[in-house]
Amino acid sequence: MTIPMEQGILLSAILFSIGLTGLLIRRNVIFMLMSVEVMLNSAGMAFIVAGSAWNLADGQVMFIFILSMAAAEVSVGLALIIQLYKKFKTTDTDKASTMNG
Amino acid sequence: MNILFYIAGLCSIIATAKMIACKNAVHALLYLIASLLSVSVIFFILGAPFIAALEVVIYAGAIMVLFVFVIMMLNVSSEGIKEERLLLKAKTWIGPSIISTILFLEMIYMLLHQSFHPMVVKQLAPLAVGELMFTKYTVVVELAIFLLTAGIIGAYHLGEKEKTTLHRYLKKEELIV
Amino acid sequence: MKELLWIIPALPFAGSLILAVLGRKLSRTACAFLGVGSVFLSAIFTVLVGNGFLENNHGGAPFHQVLWQWMDVDGLSPKFAFTLDTLSLTFIFVITFVGALIHLYSVQFMWKDEGFAKFFTFMNLFIGFMLILVLADNLLLLYLGWEGVGLCSYLLIGFWYKDPANGYAARKAFIVTRVGDTAMLIGLFLLFMTFHTLNIQEILVAAPREWSSGCKTVIITTLLLLGGAVGKSAQLPLQTWLPDAMAAPSPVSALIHAATMVTAGVYLIARTHALFDLAPVVETIVAIIGAVTLIVAGLSALNQQDVKKVLAYSTISQIGYMFLALGVGAWSAAIFHFMIHAFFKALLFLGAGVVIWVMRDEHNMFKMGGLRKKIPIVFWTFFIASCALSALPLVTAGFYSKDKILWLAYASDKGSIGLWLAAMVGAFITALYTFRMVFLIFFGEAKEALTNRPGILMTIPLVILAILSFAGGFIELPDNMGHITLFSDFMQKTLPGTAITVFGHSTEWISQIIAGAVAIIGVIAAYRLYYDKHFPFEIPDRSALDKFFYKGWYFDGLYDKLIVAPILFLSRIDKNDFIDRFYTGLVSITQALNKVLSATQNGKVRWYALVLVIGAIITLTILFYP
Repeated sequence: MTIPMEQGILLSAILFSIGLTGLLIRRNVIFMLMSVEVMLNSAGMAFIVAGSAWNLADGQVMFIFILSMAAAEVSVGLALIIQLYKKFKTTDTDKASTMNG
Repeated sequence: MNILFYIAGLCSIIATAKMIACKNAVHALLYLIASLLSVSVIFFILGAPFIAALEVVIYAGAIMVLFVFVIMMLNVSSEGIKEERLLLKAKTWIGPSIISTILFLEMIYMLLHQSFHPMVVKQLAPLAVGELMFTKYTVVVELAIFLLTAGIIGAYHLGEKEKTTLHRYLKKEELIV
Repeated sequence: MKELLWIIPALPFAGSLILAVLGRKLSRTACAFLGVGSVFLSAIFTVLVGNGFLENNHGGAPFHQVLWQWMDVDGLSPKFAFTLDTLSLTFIFVITFVGALIHLYSVQFMWKDEGFAKFFTFMNLFIGFMLILVLADNLLLLYLGWEGVGLCSYLLIGFWYKDPANGYAARKAFIVTRVGDTAMLIGLFLLFMTFHTLNIQEILVAAPREWSSGCKTVIITTLLLLGGAVGKSAQLPLQTWLPDAMAAPSPVSALIHAATMVTAGVYLIARTHALFDLAPVVETIVAIIGAVTLIVAGLSALNQQDVKKVLAYSTISQIGYMFLALGVGAWSAAIFHFMIHAFFKALLFLGAGVVIWVMRDEHNMFKMGGLRKKIPIVFWTFFIASCALSALPLVTAGFYSKDKILWLAYASDKGSIGLWLAAMVGAFITALYTFRMVFLIFFGEAKEALTNRPGILMTIPLVILAILSFAGGFIELPDNMGHITLFSDFMQKTLPGTAITVFGHSTEWISQIIAGAVAIIGVIAAYRLYYDKHFPFEIPDRSALDKFFYKGWYFDGLYDKLIVAPILFLSRIDKNDFIDRFYTGLVSITQALNKVLSATQNGKVRWYALVLVIGAIITLTILFYP
């Protein structure tokens, strides 16, 4: 099958923009994290498309690394969200905007 | 087979769009899982079966499950009504939408000015991936291991329960029998 | 030996520098050793250098020592150089010697004060600047010393800065002397314009050639120099700062406002005597200023109840005598009186300091009494100094110095009977207020019990100064009493002699007898009025005339209305002119920028993400814009 590479990258760009919009719109920190996941995923898809365009497996290796990084980030991020909830009793990031010093 | 690519693509776009517009956190999560599954199909079409499997197993299977646990723990769903009210306001999403649209248009502009060659997709077996990973990218594998270890330790410490210290008058006396 | 001249000012400056840098870390004993030791060593070096100077030529030719070229700008090329002749030798002897004694005294006086090291820093700095003033070879260096002693006077008057009244007194002293300093500076400009040099020797030699006697330029120049001298020496009309400067600690008053700084004006006029000789009008003005000041100050001293204010007005009055002597051309008599006055006035101030110290900071004389039996050494030294101040005949040094001035006020070719009369009246008033002070403080019944006793560090300087007040006069006996002219011979190597128009020893005898009689009558009058009288009120009742004298003839009020009030009024209405708006505008712009920029740091994650995206858009636009 032949899929033009631009369309693969285009799909990745669309998903990225949607994720970015979600990050900017939502105030709930869990939704923000989910939007970030969407953005990471779309970036990874761009890598896969490029890798298959050159018929090399490098793109897939890149995606594995992005995946592992996303996993680590999510685990730490969710732990932080739990602490944030304990401190501020809400998951609204606008409430957590007091800066100390 | 090409049509499958477009269908899966459309699916993922719609699922993601519905995800960011959803008020209920668990529903949004489910939409996200749907999006990830369609992306996995796209990966399979593009000749990366290993990655397609990995996407389902790790991303949709582990990361999203973590999300579900945390949402359940935080009982966020009860505040869905508040989110609803906020989202209905147009002024909340009109600005960021315009900005991300501008960014998207820029990306399309850059895309259109490149010259790509049409790709002929061949299936790349997991063996090829493994070969590459442990010869050329060994160092990066080690770095990813560091990252995951740090993530584990960090997540453990962050999740520790704080010891609440009571005033000594509030402590219960121990009975000596 | 005389090459070591530069060490004499260098030692106090070094002491001051070390104390300024390390003062907080050193112990009190170390600070005391450093502060007193530097001036003491200076005194020893003065003796050595003076010895070396007088050995060969008996002081005939002045000794120049050039240290370095200060600047060389467009014709003005003063050097940092010292000139030692008999005039400056006398001055540095008084400064270092009396200064060393006062430093020794102030070790015990200021021991409990927390600014102990700071005090000695400023005192040493003062001694250094005063030495530069009297040793200076050119008028610019003299002006440096002049300004330096003004600065140190400000620092030391406001030493106890926690009380704002002391700060105001220091400010007043500085501003009033500033008026005089500005006049002197304009005089220096005129001198430079005419002679293209500020070297004192060159000016004094070139002056008679350049200016004829009595021409307008020389009158204006000498008037301006006189203005500077009047400011620094607290004569009319700039005498208002000295009574307020008594807010300083007593050693400071002794050193600065009795012995050294206030005599800087006398030094200036004596130094530039050739210029003053060219303008006889101005010399007459000097004499008249001296005569009027001594009466005004004397009458004001008669009504004070604060012991230090009495001594302050007394200083103004005695410097009036020196100005009188300078005005009639009695140069060496003026310097002789300066030296003797330094001894007894410093002694009086130190004694007053002891009295205030033992009475726990009580300045009011009417609250004191009967201290004669309690602190006998202080009483006897104070008594000797008071006798010297009143110029009791034959036994005190003050008699010989003041009597010479009185005689020459009449007998000199510029003197007149009017000046002599004024000086005589002044002598009577001096004796009166001096012994009023003595009787009020030391006689009568004791009011309170004493807690502190002066120690040996305070007593030794008093004793030494008392011996000098008694015996210092014997080096200059008048013509008809033995004719010992050691001092005037010494002085006349530098300053010219006095032309005498009235000859004859008998006239001199009459003047001396009248002077002695006047002094004794003054003492008896004080005895009648103040001995063993009961004064129930701390502040005595005052008639309007008394009040006039008490307020120093209302000069303060006059200056307030004439000068201070209009300036305050002008500055009040000029509060918001465009220059002020410029500065407040700067502040407003900064505040507005602050508001705008701090709004970008609101702590919201979404906002930061938005800014990130906008940044990415801008970067991509820049990169890919064709």
